[in-house]
Amino acid sequence: MNQYIFHPFVLPFVLGMAFVLTYCLVGLLRIIAQLPKDDRKQFWRSLVTPKTAWANIRDLFGDCLFHVKIWKRNPILGYMHSSIAFGWFMLIAIGHVMLFTLKPLEGVDVQGFERTFTNCYYPIFYKHFATETPVFAFLMDFFLIVIITGIFIAVVKKIYSGMVGVKRVTKFGFADNMIRFALWTIFPFRLVAEKTNIMAFWWLYSIDLMIFMCLLPFTRYMHIPTEALFILLRHAGLKAREPRKGFALAQIYSCPSCGLCIDACPMSVNDKMSDNTSAYFMKKLRNKDSEEAQRIAETCLMCGKCVMVCPVSIESCDIKFSQRAATPYNINSDHSYLDVISTEAQRSGEISVNNPHVLYFAGCMTQLTPKIMRAMKQIMEAAGEDYEFIDKDGGICCGRPMLLSGKTAEAKAMIEKNTELIKKSGAKKLVLSCPICYKVFKEEYHLEGIEIQHHTQYIDELIKSGKLQVDKGDVNYVYHDPCELGRAFGVYDEPREVIESVGNLRKAKSEKELSICCGGSLGSFNLTQQERDEITENSVNDLMFNHPDEIVTACPLCLKTFARKSPVQVQDIAEIVCEKLKK
Amino acid sequence: MDFGFCLSPSSHVKMDSVDLTTFNSLKETNPDINTCIACGSCTATCTAGNFTEMSFRRILLMLQRGKEEQAKKMIQKCMLCGKCTLVCPRGINIRKILLDITR
Repeated sequence: MNQYIFHPFVLPFVLGMAFVLTYCLVGLLRIIAQLPKDDRKQFWRSLVTPKTAWANIRDLFGDCLFHVKIWKRNPILGYMHSSIAFGWFMLIAIGHVMLFTLKPLEGVDVQGFERTFTNCYYPIFYKHFATETPVFAFLMDFFLIVIITGIFIAVVKKIYSGMVGVKRVTKFGFADNMIRFALWTIFPFRLVAEKTNIMAFWWLYSIDLMIFMCLLPFTRYMHIPTEALFILLRHAGLKAREPRKGFALAQIYSCPSCGLCIDACPMSVNDKMSDNTSAYFMKKLRNKDSEEAQRIAETCLMCGKCVMVCPVSIESCDIKFSQRAATPYNINSDHSYLDVISTEAQRSGEISVNNPHVLYFAGCMTQLTPKIMRAMKQIMEAAGEDYEFIDKDGGICCGRPMLLSGKTAEAKAMIEKNTELIKKSGAKKLVLSCPICYKVFKEEYHLEGIEIQHHTQYIDELIKSGKLQVDKGDVNYVYHDPCELGRAFGVYDEPREVIESVGNLRKAKSEKELSICCGGSLGSFNLTQQERDEITENSVNDLMFNHPDEIVTACPLCLKTFARKSPVQVQDIAEIVCEKLKK
Repeated sequence: MDFGFCLSPSSHVKMDSVDLTTFNSLKETNPDINTCIACGSCTATCTAGNFTEMSFRRILLMLQRGKEEQAKKMIQKCMLCGKCTLVCPRGINIRKILLDITR
């Protein structure tokens, strides 16, 4: 072939590119084939539904190209990532546009297969073969320099991650370190090659590209092609059903191991526990280390913060759920005694038939903190509500802990029993004190015609409607957002408004969707008390940031957990309202 | 020797002949059970214990006496609500132990 269109140094790149494209195509077909039939149908349909199609386009540009979520999370990291990823994209895109302006290539007219073959590598190495117009020359050089500034930040981050606001970074294996080094050197080599036209650098540049392409499927950089597919699947509304198949597999390969979840995880209070974070969970799953993956899945607190901060929106909690369900504990549950409960209750007439307006379900955790129950009773009486306690003398578990252990069928039995009891009461509203119950009632129970409220929402409604009269005191409170109320359902404002009406609200260091789990979460099966205590101490320190007089929470489990470690009094929101009731 | 004076069979446990492998391996994986003071807080708060004879304190006792099957049968009643773990004055991860027994 003509020296103006071909040189052997392009071959490593072409081979690498061919390999990675084949791999991605096979992977794509495999993931789609693994989807359950219904999910696959749903996926195809979502691609042509205008609403999801629009969301797809928006996120493909926003997430894959402009990396909006990383910018929002940490602008320095946003620049680092965008400069490299978007810069590289622009180099490729502009290179291809330029292809048309260079036609015919330096006076040599190639056609047919040769033309197609030339097009594969020409935009990448064009400077060796042709000269471009000044506008393109400027653009190409500009983006190359932008990429190199991004690489500079990446090197700084590697040496001292604290400089870019990251405390803990993901620990990588050999392949990941290797490909990172390849990525860092690609662009400086390109710059030198383009400016000096020394053949050695063209070779180095091409070989570097080949290393990058060949390692890509086996490293975290697989997130580049997979994320696009993941976005489409996510918008189709799919849920991970198996820990390493179909949708879950797409998520596993979309995880860039960026480690943003490591700093966010409440378990990252020490080095040992930080190995239980989602980044490592995804890595273990990817490497088919199912034993470790199972251990991490069972250790996780399921607070959902990693999902909240994830720049790719990977639903790691769902995958952990499916991992737990895949190898559930061999407990062989026998809950046949649940049937007896209802008949006894009906016989003794414990379930009232006089249709109370409000039904209060305290839940297991509130049974352990009876002061919340007493406070709620006083509040409801002061508001003149027609109420009834469903589990005054102990009730049935809501089913969420069972669900968290991966035993869906057993949880269903409890859910059905509770549903039956609640429906028989004829209540119009169900008030819960425990966010753990709230989550499962909202997601798994089918209580048509019954409004489900957490007591923070209920009290807020009572105060706003004027049914409940409270005095404003001068105590400074800080509010802790329970994971299952805040992150899961976005109930952030109601509790804050209630607190504002009885006292002053101070801010915690991490609030709302960034609130740190108290450490008591039922989600974790493996954490020891000592480990939990460390998490609690960290969470309390975060809450004490603005020196409040009292910590207020809306979850009986958080209340009990904090009470062990807090330097100030910890109270439930119902208690502080109860104290300030107008006499 | 059984002279037939008693109506119910003897509940005598011969500690020399019972099989304690489960209990011993459990002690290895969960050394915190050694710190149990048998206070019964776990049993007192148990949600399932409200309706059944479920009692973690007894489960430990059964295991110590090699009555593994009986213990496993009792565990079937558990709802995994975690109240026992929460109230334990020794900070024993009871829920984990219950699950490990059946694993």
